[in-house]
Amino acid sequence: MVYLTRIEHFNAAHRLFNPGWSKEQNDAVFGKCANENWHGHNYDLYVTIKGAPDPDTGFLFDVKKLSEIVKEHVIEKVDHKNLNMDVDFLAGKMCSTENLAIGIWQQLQPHLPSEVQLHCIKLYETPRIYVEYYGD
Amino acid sequence: MSKKIAVFRKEHFNAAHRIFNPSWDDKKNAAVFGKCSNPNYHGHNYELIVKVVGEPDPETGYVIDMKVLSVITREEVLEKFDHKNLNLDTTHFSDLIPTAENIVTVIYELLRKRIDPKLELQVRLYETERNFVEYPA
Repeated sequence: MVYLTRIEHFNAAHRLFNPGWSKEQNDAVFGKCANENWHGHNYDLYVTIKGAPDPDTGFLFDVKKLSEIVKEHVIEKVDHKNLNMDVDFLAGKMCSTENLAIGIWQQLQPHLPSEVQLHCIKLYETPRIYVEYYGD
Repeated sequence: MSKKIAVFRKEHFNAAHRIFNPSWDDKKNAAVFGKCSNPNYHGHNYELIVKVVGEPDPETGYVIDMKVLSVITREEVLEKFDHKNLNLDTTHFSDLIPTAENIVTVIYELLRKRIDPKLELQVRLYETERNFVEYPA
């Protein structure tokens, strides 16, 4: 088994806000992250796939194609966007890094060929904060 | 021989912004600024490096007390810009497009008035790991 990772990045605005709560409760739980006028991040996305190298190419998967899939199904939807307002796969969800990583997994998995398994979505919200999602 | 030393303090803040010229129509803004003019904003992790140059004080050995520099930067920059929308939540960009160039100039002016005039000041601002600006040039 070989693991292959492609790194991409995007910049986006968001807000942590639960519409079912009062302003006071949102402020108490989310603090400055609940700012009604948004704030933003430079996100770094690590997409890791696993499998066996193809005997003819030596590749687990053509990493250029992996990059194109990530760009088409994730980056174009989130880069320079407002995650709360502009992103269809986050509609109705809390825009935490956790939920964003799960959403990215769900965006990518259907577009990978059957011989390639998605292993991990690692998503940095800042250089000091990141989440990992393994699909389970 | 000069005994000038440069000392640096790094800070960071996260903010939303939009690059948009209100005297242009949406079409021209989109043509010039592209996805950076998204009406719903986007955002960055800004990294700030404050450089102060001077001779160490003979009594303290410091060019500037780093703790003092940190407090000044927090009060003048982070408390105003962190987790804010630069276009909407600050007074500094109500008539100024919040490009990295303009942000770094504003930060320089905010810090300059709090730092001893005999010390030189230079500010570097990273908008992304790959895009950064410095003022004064």
